[in-house]
Amino acid sequence: MAKMNLLQAINNALDIAMAENEKVVCFGEDVGVFGGVFRATSHLQEKYGRARCFNTPLVEQGIIGFANGLASQGSVPVAEIQFADYIFPAFDQIVNESAKFRYRSGNLFDVGGLTIRTPYGGGIAGGHYHSQSPEAYFAQTPGLKVVVPRNPHQAKGLLLASIRDANPVIFFEPKRIYRASVGDVPEGDYELPLGKAEVVKEGSDITLLAWGAQMEYLEKAAELAEKEGISCELIDLRTILPWDRETVAASVRKTGRLLISHEAPLTGGFAGEIAATIQEHCFLHLESPIARVAGLDTPYPLALEKEYLPDHLKIYEAIKRSVNF
Amino acid sequence: MSTDTKERAVHAPQFIRGDELQIPTYKVLKQDGTTYKGATLPDLDKDTALRIYRAMVRTRVLDERMLAAQRQGRLSFYMQSTGEEATTVGFAAALDDEDMIMAQYREQGALVYRGFTLDEFMNQLFSNELDYGKGRQMPIHYGSAKLHYMTISSPLATQIPQATGYAYGQKLAGDKKCTVAVFGEGAASEGDFHAALNMASVLKTPTIFLCRNNGYAISTPASEQFAGDGIAPRALGYGMHTIRVDGNDILAVYSAMTEARCIAVEQNEPVLVEAMSYRLAAHSSSDDPSGYRSKKEEEKWRNKDPLLRMKHWLQAKNWWSDDEDAALFEADRREVLATMKEAEKRPAPVIEEMITDVYDTPPAHLKEQLEGLKAHVRLYPEAYPATSGRMNNG
Repeated sequence: MAKMNLLQAINNALDIAMAENEKVVCFGEDVGVFGGVFRATSHLQEKYGRARCFNTPLVEQGIIGFANGLASQGSVPVAEIQFADYIFPAFDQIVNESAKFRYRSGNLFDVGGLTIRTPYGGGIAGGHYHSQSPEAYFAQTPGLKVVVPRNPHQAKGLLLASIRDANPVIFFEPKRIYRASVGDVPEGDYELPLGKAEVVKEGSDITLLAWGAQMEYLEKAAELAEKEGISCELIDLRTILPWDRETVAASVRKTGRLLISHEAPLTGGFAGEIAATIQEHCFLHLESPIARVAGLDTPYPLALEKEYLPDHLKIYEAIKRSVNF
Repeated sequence: MSTDTKERAVHAPQFIRGDELQIPTYKVLKQDGTTYKGATLPDLDKDTALRIYRAMVRTRVLDERMLAAQRQGRLSFYMQSTGEEATTVGFAAALDDEDMIMAQYREQGALVYRGFTLDEFMNQLFSNELDYGKGRQMPIHYGSAKLHYMTISSPLATQIPQATGYAYGQKLAGDKKCTVAVFGEGAASEGDFHAALNMASVLKTPTIFLCRNNGYAISTPASEQFAGDGIAPRALGYGMHTIRVDGNDILAVYSAMTEARCIAVEQNEPVLVEAMSYRLAAHSSSDDPSGYRSKKEEEKWRNKDPLLRMKHWLQAKNWWSDDEDAALFEADRREVLATMKEAEKRPAPVIEEMITDVYDTPPAHLKEQLEGLKAHVRLYPEAYPATSGRMNNG
């Protein structure tokens, strides 16, 4: 075990993947000698050469178009989009190309080797365009996998699994906790399963569900609630698409209550999809309406960021409302 | 130039327009089958020349018959390539058969040249259970892994940056192969075109960007698509080799593409080739060109028919006769009709194929959705005749 922050864990996963398989190629804006604006790709060019770790021109649609072609050729591209806020020029290449490559060709061709890494989320004074959480846009796109890790240990295992998965994966990295989240990480090679949620803490009164950076707020809120005698079960969804309904449903059947939290705006957020599915499968077990604690339906603000974020206090209040319904 | 390259200074404001730069058009073959004096002729032997011509004829016949079938209601949709066969067959002939082709949608000539059978065409066109694409895409979205021909995707220009990436992979692997992206002059307005060329130039990939400038993007003429001297000069801005050829001239297309391939594969440098032609056909079976262009204009281009031009050349070389020509057209017509009859009888893909290939293996939620769908089809079998009688009970 080594102490690593989330960035170091990602860098370590890329290093392991590149050492193990010479077909793994990392690229994106400033990814080369500089190692990326957050340093996730530090020293990879030094170690593996410019052909396998390099800067691209500043063109997101080109980066993903290039990555699709490279993956269809049999390489294993790990493309970085510098901020998730800037992924939209590549939306066509992701939604119409990456996601449908295998299906439309009847499995003659695929881009299963593709992984798109991108930092997402707020809390860094980034305003509209360095703060968004666009996971729900991609969750409605069959053919993609969408993964979000919550800490260094998870990040390394899930990224290695994403790179080796036979399907295109968008890997959203919680940049607010890139350096703040520090933990024990095995130094060797390991994978954590995609499509599988994790019960982080067991409890009996309410199920709290989130992913990525939001897990930290969930844990703090649960601590506050425990002081009031409310026992919380915490689940990290980890994979948004395809998501692990069984783990969430089993928990809700036990607790009778569900709260889902994400940073993205409430309307059309992925919590809505989870709520609809869980009420279908757990209707007679529910003691209160499924609660959603999310961002407001506004563009992501700057000066009022603290007010905007679905923090531990908002979650704590929602827990009490649910339990006292 | 980058900021560290040596600059050439002037001391008065000099604006430059491209007017004085007009990229010439490389032409070898005249319509009567003779060649221009002093023209560089490609090294094209009789066997290859006849393989090319046979592919051009077959493409012409396939297009004629399938549009007719669409008009008879046998087929939902079709796209012809009439008038552009010298480009779409000629470029493929100049390649190694294992070079990757990432085409737009009007390049069936290349597939014919590589040996895609009429049966394979028909299975795709009729979306039947033998279609490699499992009936998931509209007619003309062909693909073949064994022929190194990437499955067609409707969104325009997406294949262009993919060709840059594919070629980068070929270079990494040391394959000595290249990738050709084919697209129209309309698609060259898309951002993906510019992204692709810039990245190919910077990353030095063995990619050939072949633009079929056929004058129209559906109804929009090239004059409303871009200002300036067409597509070829754009490569210069990206620091890339470029050439413009007469796209109806099989010898010019073959020769330019042969050279382009050399640059791509030997030097790991991308090349842009602009082939000037004319879309004699409508955009698709859903289009009617009489609303936006004149018969006179079409007639002018009909007189530049690339098939006739090549036939005249073959005859001048004594490699081909009128009798052989008539027999070839007749045989192809018969075979197209016969294979069509077989293909339209074959059933649609089974319902179970709805959920395969979304992922490498179907996840639980898709299996559940399929079972739900099958239960519904069992309730109303007459409403879903294509699949109701052929479901497994899994």
